[in-house]
Amino acid sequence: MASATHLITDDEAHARPPLESMVVRFAGDSGDGMQLTGGQFTLSTALAGNDLATFPDFPAEIRAPQGTTFGVSAFQINFGSTAIDTAGDQPDVLVAMNPAALKVNVKSLRDGGLIIADEGEFTSRNLTKAGYDANPLDDDSLARWQLVRFNISQLTLDAVKPFGLGNKEALRCKNMWTLGLALWMFDRSRQPIVDWLTTKFAKAPQLAEANIAALNAGHAYGETVEMGASVRQHHIAAAPVEPGLYRTVTGAESLAVGLVAGAQLAGLDMLFGSYPITPASPLLHHLSRLKEFGITTFQAEDEIAAICAAIGASYAGKLGITSSSGPGIALKTEAIGLAVMTELPLVIVNSQRGGPSTGLPTKTEQSDLYQAVYGRNGDAPLPVIAARSPADAFDCAIEACRIATRYMTPVMLLTDGYIANAAEPWKVPEMSGYAPFPVHFHDDAPPVGEGVMPYARNEDLARPWIRPGTPGLEHRIGGIEKAPVSGNIDYSPEAHAEMTRLRAAKVANVAHSIPDQQVCLGNEGGRLAVVGWGSTFGPIHQAVRRARLRGLDVAHIHIRHIAPMPKNMSVLLKGYEHILVPEMNSGQLKTILRDQFLVDACPLAKTTGQPFTIAEIEAAIEGMLR
Amino acid sequence: MNEVVKLTAKDWASDQEVRWCPGCGDYAVLKAVQRTMPDLGTAREKTVFVSGIGCSSRFPYYMASYGFHTIHGRAPAVATGVKLANPELDVWIITGDGDALSIGGNHTMHLLRRNLDCQLLLFNNEIYGLTKGQYSPTSRIGTRTPSTPFGSVDRPANPCSFALGAGARFIARAIDVHKSLPDVLKDAHGHRGASFVEIFQNCVVYNDDVFASFTAKEFAADRQLWLTQGEKMLFGGGTKGISFDRERMVLTIVDAADSGVLVHDRKNRTLAQLLIEMPATAGFPVALGVIYEDPAPTFESAVLDQNRTIAAGKKPDLQALVAKGQSWQVEKEPRAE
Ligand code: SF4
Repeated sequence: MASATHLITDDEAHARPPLESMVVRFAGDSGDGMQLTGGQFTLSTALAGNDLATFPDFPAEIRAPQGTTFGVSAFQINFGSTAIDTAGDQPDVLVAMNPAALKVNVKSLRDGGLIIADEGEFTSRNLTKAGYDANPLDDDSLARWQLVRFNISQLTLDAVKPFGLGNKEALRCKNMWTLGLALWMFDRSRQPIVDWLTTKFAKAPQLAEANIAALNAGHAYGETVEMGASVRQHHIAAAPVEPGLYRTVTGAESLAVGLVAGAQLAGLDMLFGSYPITPASPLLHHLSRLKEFGITTFQAEDEIAAICAAIGASYAGKLGITSSSGPGIALKTEAIGLAVMTELPLVIVNSQRGGPSTGLPTKTEQSDLYQAVYGRNGDAPLPVIAARSPADAFDCAIEACRIATRYMTPVMLLTDGYIANAAEPWKVPEMSGYAPFPVHFHDDAPPVGEGVMPYARNEDLARPWIRPGTPGLEHRIGGIEKAPVSGNIDYSPEAHAEMTRLRAAKVANVAHSIPDQQVCLGNEGGRLAVVGWGSTFGPIHQAVRRARLRGLDVAHIHIRHIAPMPKNMSVLLKGYEHILVPEMNSGQLKTILRDQFLVDACPLAKTTGQPFTIAEIEAAIEGMLR
Repeated sequence: MNEVVKLTAKDWASDQEVRWCPGCGDYAVLKAVQRTMPDLGTAREKTVFVSGIGCSSRFPYYMASYGFHTIHGRAPAVATGVKLANPELDVWIITGDGDALSIGGNHTMHLLRRNLDCQLLLFNNEIYGLTKGQYSPTSRIGTRTPSTPFGSVDRPANPCSFALGAGARFIARAIDVHKSLPDVLKDAHGHRGASFVEIFQNCVVYNDDVFASFTAKEFAADRQLWLTQGEKMLFGGGTKGISFDRERMVLTIVDAADSGVLVHDRKNRTLAQLLIEMPATAGFPVALGVIYEDPAPTFESAVLDQNRTIAAGKKPDLQALVAKGQSWQVEKEPRAE
């Protein structure tokens, strides 16, 4: 099975000083193309063999007013010659394309870090919009950092002059100029970007040439202009990784191909029902292009119709999948109950964002765990699994399809806005290494006179999957309580008690087909376990690594199967004196661990809509062990 | 192939005990459907009844086909998934006035606009029966119920107007106990696309005789206009007809012998609207039968056609898919030497 995350090797865990890495943040106006710049820089970094993690951070408004602080869009990348698990606590380099970008981002730059500013944009008008009284490039306010300024806007205009673009279009090439400079700084090849620009602007060769000229000009500027000691070329060696074929992948991409793989391994066509919502929509976009894999995508009239169509498709013998973010999952809740009751396979993907209500649509949070585990009317248990990284989302998607079809149950698959948008290198999995789990449709008609038994159960307690169209097995199902085995409407106390028990026991049985919980860094048992789930994997892993380097007795446990938990979880947790649970919510996994295992799990809550920094978790570890 | 034995109404009845109130109009509809099914020639295993919530939504349990009793208002959405997953299935949606027009109004609208190939039977009894008699979106102003003890004040929805506005390509009306119901059902089934059928259904317990002003025997002739394609719009035992006043752009009642009596043309959408909204207060009859039919491509066929066209010639190569995009080969561990 492909390893999805960057587990630190023993050698690396003990390497001192830490191998070289670098954190760069590109920040500009939403219209400046920073996400594109970041994306292309990521690609060139991956091609150079560095390990990396990224953090795109963009505003909720599509076209926020230009030059304002709330219109700032940023892209952070951490790359290095060692295993990289987070987008980095503090940038070493900040590229600020305007005053607002500087204002919003400079606070997080590490002391002594490098600011590269486009002074051409530091006009009095833009300074006012960003809320600066005086030009920070001219006073001492940036003294803690190293500042390099040049007029990127003008340099870009000069570079693209031969192509006769209008002023506005010419200035759009600024991001490529900046990217060119960054490529020079980190000794990266320009060719992949040139290829990409040529393809992207195939229909407008003039724009392709202008952008390539800007890219080259930025690169040449680094090479020829003396910018002072602070701006020099860095060479970061390739990270030690297993040999093989690699690609960069965002969580949305890996999730999409993971769902495709899951359906194929089950031998099923897929119906993907979805309604547009941030940050879940990219999944719909990816899948809608993959029709040759037997995928039908259905953009429904609302969240409820999206899941109901998926349920209808599962009923008819396809793999129904639906996807949304917290508010949309809330709308789907009643239908999830229907899938629990009718015991149909269904995968529900929740790309979590900050909540409640509309909350923080473009920021990340893991605050829908209660919703996933408990959030339905009635006793309505279902399996919940959580992806820890973009690459891990692939395996989790396959796992969700496996559980849904084997146990005839809806499965909640949790990811979040950070995972969906972040990119990391991914060792392309060998699909032949994945065991298929073909679905068997029940098609044995009972002898005449004997009834169909749609709620008979196999040894997993799963009921048979009977497709309409199968002769002799006509039957009716629905959301009303039913008798065991026959499935006929039955409100009797015995029937409800027995069916409630069976539905729960079936979901509990999933624990028999999932692996035992592993400790991903450190020892089984000891003073402290840091227990996480989802996208906090990176910062927890690095924080535990650092603490262990300092001799602290701490281990990292990261839970994929949240419901039901792996069978060894109780024993494993009870082997530690203390348990720390860092979460981007106010303590939800903590509650579940306390409830299920009666352990003293201590919360470490973060609810800012930003991922944890390594330092925050490190400090908490130290606090627990002092 | 063996000679197919023609099924009977009994073959379409499930073994479940029917549990509507004695005298409920639902019984008559159930009988009519069970009686019609053998004539349609679709096998039981290929037939799926999908319902929402409400008295009428228990319907699928009583049919010997496949059936799915879903959640309130969502039958059209579930049916869409069923049909997209397997277009060969013959899908019937059973719903009511509250289910289809209140909680599920959105889905009904989109089902009709997309034109999913199915039959939607809306049992309109102008009341919430299952929840014990609250007024519904089709209840007339002044309807006194437990939730409107002083009479309802909101204007009712006209189901067929709603359907027409939503883009339905087949609209019909029928009465639970009327002998023409099977014919309407056959026409609905024969139409490719979403067939919208409003059935006036008497709720004996909470809204008894609410349609009696045109369904009762003594008023039937005068207040029912049964439409037949290509035939004159006559009622009142053949004494009266419907005509069009060009100046005022409204329908009028004329003598049957009048040369202006309209001939029914199912394809005429403007006429359909006028027929649907004939004001009972002005002495007009209620238009019944197939009011409008103008076939258009169906949703599931459009989806599948596109799926097929786009997928044509492409190999579903999973290994190639996971490796897609810009990739690079790492030959050996850089620091392994
Ligand atoms: S309440 Fe009314 S509609 Fe419901 S079953 Fe009884 S009579 Fe029929």
